[in-house]
Amino acid sequence: MGAGHAHTLYRHGHSPVHALPPHCKLAATFAFVVVVVATPREQMWAFGLYAVLLAAVAAVARVPAGFLLRRLLIEVPFVAFAVLMPFVAEGERVEVLGLSLSVSGLWGAWNVLAKGTLGVAASALLAATTELRALLTGLQRLGLPPLLVQIASFMVRYGDVITDELRRMSVARRSRGFEATGIRHWGVLARTAGALFIRSYERGERVHLAMVSRGWTGVMPVIDEVAATRTQWAYAAVLPAAALAVCVMGWTL
Amino acid sequence: MTDDRATGPATATPSLEVCGLAYAYPDGHQALFGVDLTVGRGERVALLGPNGAGKTTLVLHLNGILGGGVGTVKVAGLPVEKRHFAEIRRRVGIVFQDPDDQLFMPTVREDVAFGPAAAGLRGAALEERVRTALERVGMAEYADRPPHHLSFGQRRRVAVATVLAMEPEILVLDEPSSNLDPASRRELADILRALDVTVLMVTHDLPYALELCPRSVVLSEGVIAADGRTQDLLCDEPLMRAHRLELPFGFDPRSVAVA
Repeated sequence: MGAGHAHTLYRHGHSPVHALPPHCKLAATFAFVVVVVATPREQMWAFGLYAVLLAAVAAVARVPAGFLLRRLLIEVPFVAFAVLMPFVAEGERVEVLGLSLSVSGLWGAWNVLAKGTLGVAASALLAATTELRALLTGLQRLGLPPLLVQIASFMVRYGDVITDELRRMSVARRSRGFEATGIRHWGVLARTAGALFIRSYERGERVHLAMVSRGWTGVMPVIDEVAATRTQWAYAAVLPAAALAVCVMGWTL
Repeated sequence: MTDDRATGPATATPSLEVCGLAYAYPDGHQALFGVDLTVGRGERVALLGPNGAGKTTLVLHLNGILGGGVGTVKVAGLPVEKRHFAEIRRRVGIVFQDPDDQLFMPTVREDVAFGPAAAGLRGAALEERVRTALERVGMAEYADRPPHHLSFGQRRRVAVATVLAMEPEILVLDEPSSNLDPASRRELADILRALDVTVLMVTHDLPYALELCPRSVVLSEGVIAADGRTQDLLCDEPLMRAHRLELPFGFDPRSVAVA
């Protein structure tokens, strides 16, 4: 039912990965990314192994490859930056297909590309198997300040309400014959944004009133205790532990 | 004002006692000029009045959101004062007009659990409280839904459940029938009738007040202008006109049989 949520990152399922407590998965993902970043860039095979590890997790989580690869598209702007590096970096140069490229630039580009892709893939996998709400409770469990968690959870709750308000305002504008076509109409759009801000601000006040009326005193009450067993932590540790082994091999070989 | 319609034994403490309540907003606008109102335990009372009569201001005094003016408010004998706020807010369940303001948690279940959890309830007792509250409004099977995926009528019912979960002494509803289609309106009326709590219903919807509340009070320009049987008040045309209360076209309160 949670899949009815408009957050397309999440993919509803009942795999063992879905079932792990969110804070275990968060910790595992973070540890994995740290290990990947700590791997020397020259050991190209290590990154191949990391990708295999992630693919294995995706298989266990029954997340299709196509779904995951599409999520990787978010990386494109950063890749564009990596592509530039071999052209602009200084130092020793090599000829590739008639182009003069910097060797250190090539290594730098590879470094950004490989580590970035693995990091994004790991995060996309986390997001695909963990509901946004669960991620927030996981973060709280891991010691993120409750205030930040509250702000984030209100964003989740009211994102749709505010988008809806924006859509209604847009319908109202167009119903009176307004089409935003060029720079001359930016003023109208800016006023819409301002009105939306005021409305959201006022809604915030009303929500606060409703919270105070139900006994809120500044801290969110604990409703769901998320606790992880030792076994669950052990399962979650499989990915970063395997990655760590690869990393250690990369440094020693 | 005498509490002539209080039900139950004479010794019972009324759910709500408002005495000489006056209040001016910080900008100088005075909204209440000495309001006296007593609501006995188990009564259902409609608070009628035109826009700007001070209805919302009065409601926000009941749980201490507004205060600092003259007069006293007591809920089941307990004065509304800062040191009692936690208990007062458990006893006074306010259902706000827009359910999107009332339902601020990611799922229905967490939202209903919010009040009792803030009061310290945990674990199985909390689960039980949430389940009972949702069953009383017929929304138990929606517990794991996000509130914004429910229809408006369903959200209003969940909003009622969020305060029922706190087992309040008095349920205060701000325009409960606004924006509801006729079927949702009737469903909500059935739910409210079945509840065994004191209800104060703020409304413009006069037929709804007649349907649900045997007694009504008219708040106009910051004072209680009338207090009596709902049917009598609605049939009193000069009174209605004087306070900008109008019945819907074709509705005759005399023609309706009420309990």
